Parts: sequence; C-alpha cells; structure tokens
Amino acid sequence: MDNLVWIFISSLLINNFVLAYFLGLCPFLGVSNSLETSFRLGLATIFVLLITALCAWFLNTYVLIYAPYLRLISFIVVIASTVQFIEMLIKKLSPTLFRAMGIFLPLITTNCAILGLAIFATNRGYGLLEGIVFALGAGIGFTLAMVLLAGLREESELSDIPRLIQGIAMNLIIAGILSMAFMGFAGLFSAT
Amino acid sequence: MADNQNEAYEAFIKGIWRDNPVFVQVLGMCPMLAVTNSAINAVAMGGATLFVLVGSSILVSSLKQWIPKQVRISGYIIIIATFVTVADYTLLALVPKVHKELGAFIPLIVANCMILGRQEAFASRNTVRLAVMDALGMSGGFMIALFSLGAIREILGNGSLFGVDLFGEYFEPWVIMVLPPGGFLTLGLILLFFNWVAQQKDKFVEQVAEAERVEADG
Repeated sequence: MDNLVWIFISSLLINNFVLAYFLGLCPFLGVSNSLETSFRLGLATIFVLLITALCAWFLNTYVLIYAPYLRLISFIVVIASTVQFIEMLIKKLSPTLFRAMGIFLPLITTNCAILGLAIFATNRGYGLLEGIVFALGAGIGFTLAMVLLAGLREESELSDIPRLIQGIAMNLIIAGILSMAFMGFAGLFSAT
Repeated sequence: MADNQNEAYEAFIKGIWRDNPVFVQVLGMCPMLAVTNSAINAVAMGGATLFVLVGSSILVSSLKQWIPKQVRISGYIIIIATFVTVADYTLLALVPKVHKELGAFIPLIVANCMILGRQEAFASRNTVRLAVMDALGMSGGFMIALFSLGAIREILGNGSLFGVDLFGEYFEPWVIMVLPPGGFLTLGLILLFFNWVAQQKDKFVEQVAEAERVEADG
C-alpha cells in the first residue's frame, strides 16, 4: 500500500511528467492558452493514459516476453489504434462527451507522455495495479501543470508586457519558474 | 543539372538556419530539453535523431507510391519505430554508459513530432535525393540546437564541457542549470535572443526603406 501511495505522489508532484521529465511539452505549450480547454485536454489525457497502462501491461505480460525487440512498434501501434477505437466508441455512445473532448482525442496519440508512460512502467517493472496508479498520478500531474500554466498565461494577457518577450519565450520562462517551484516537492518523501 | 544542384542545396540549408526545427518551428521539444544536461548526451541524441530521420526519409520517399493515402500516418510511424529500435540497440551495444543516461528518451524519438512532420511535409512528395538532403539539413539544425543548449547548460551548471573542467576549483557551479528548470529557462532565453535578432533585422530593413524613400523624394 505504501508503495502505491509513493508511486502516486512521485508521479504527481516530484517527478511531474511535464515539469521534471519534459514529456508532453507540445500540448503543454501549444494548447494552454485558456483554462477551459487545458482542463478538458487534461481529462482526456488521464483517460488515455489509464487505457495505455492497461494495454502496456497486457502486451508485456502475454506478448512481448517472446519478442522484446518488437516492444516499441507494438506499443505505438496499439496506442494509436486504441485511441482511434475509443474515439469512435465515444462518438457512438455519448455525443455530448465527444463534443466536449473534440479534437483533443486524436491529438493525444502524438503526445509523448503516453508512450513515455508505457516505457517507464515497463522499465521499472510495474504490475497491473502499480501501472494504473502510476498512470493516474502522471495524468493528474499533467493536468495540474497544464491548468497552472494556462491560468498564468490568462493573467499575463491582461498585463503590459513588452512585445519582444511575448509568445513562446515567455511561456518557457514561466514553465521554468513553475518547474523550480515543483522541485520543492522533492523534500516531501526524503525519509523513505 | 545546375538547377537540380541548387534545389538540393536549398533543401539542405533551410533546415540549418531559416527553418531551424527548434529555434524557428519549435518542434521536437521533449527530447530537446530532457537530454541536454550535458554536451555529450546532446550529441548522442542528435546522432540518433539524424540516423532515424535520414533512414525513414529514404524509405518513405522511395515507398511513396505504395503507401495508401488513408493509412499513411500509421505507415510512417511504423517505419520510424523500426529505425528507432535499430538506433536503440546500436547505442546499447556501442556506448552502454550514454545509453543508460539517455534511458527512456531513445525510444521516445518515435514521438518526436519533427520527424513525423518531415515525412508528411517533405519526404512523401519529393525524390529520394531531395528527401535525404532535407533530412540531413533538418537533423543538422536539430543537432546544432541540441548542442548549443547542452553546452550552455553543462558549462554553467557543471563548469565543464564534454566532461573536461574549464574553470578550475574556484568556479561555483549553477546547479539549477543541469536540473529541469534550467532547461526551460535556457531555451526561453535563447528564443528571446532569436526574437531580438529578428526585431533588430526588421528595424534595419525599415530604416533602409525609409532612407531609400527620402533619397527618391530628394
């Protein structure tokens, strides 16, 4: 049980996927211009991460023990097709949810946080339950970082900033300061 | 023939500077920031990306007639994943120490949007020769960006370059530069510098135009 809590806190705060591992930067910098959309993208990402964790565990346990060199190819094919499948399923079952998630679902396939999660979970030898907790922590951490950056960007739009700094350079510097703040969490579990 | 030469040269040179994948197009950020805490890691990552990009560009541009339009993205991704697997195992065999430090980021080259972007935008509609030149240029530009970021971070954060001490024992390293925040800050400042250069250039062009107008009037 302790182990699961540790995995969750670690992937949520200390080793935050975006701010410490630099995974999923494209949506982090690209889509974070409004709070609303970044929150929705975060939810969709959590959803896909959970399913990826399941698929990765299944592949690792039943298929890849026979052919470890196929890992990368099979992961990427499975992730891409699952996302496609889920997209069709949601469209059929709940059009409202589909409209809410909108174009974000297909975009998530190219998010390196998804593939990164599958690879990290494999390298650390996580079991099914550990993998799911890891995915949950990583997904919530991703959403947290997105929402924080989006909030700061919405605020900064109201203030008078020189034209030179505006745009991606400023977002990177904001992200750097956020990342510094998240480093403070490293002391949280130093005893263990 | 001369035109052909020029075209190839153009395809090569635009990736290095004018359309630099990192500084201008802001693509491929994830591996860019994650592995650039030392110059040697940055060069290894750049080399692996070069291999994958050139290899998959050759395959995609020579197979372009046979890949059906509807499934082309999946096709490209499988080709890229194959080359990444080769690069992964090669690095593991040749330089196990660097491979260990880069860790999960070698497999993550698959998700580098720059590579897929080049296949879709260039390799799938041009000849093999042009595609190779374009791939070389783009990965050259990527490597320059990786190296400059890695060198800045290693010099400031560790006081060394390629593991060789530069300053002697009186240098107090800026530890923050090799940690994650240093990556964001350094890239932010480099992009700021590029913005400034672009702004100065615009100003200069305006001044020249103004001077010409005055001259024409006078």
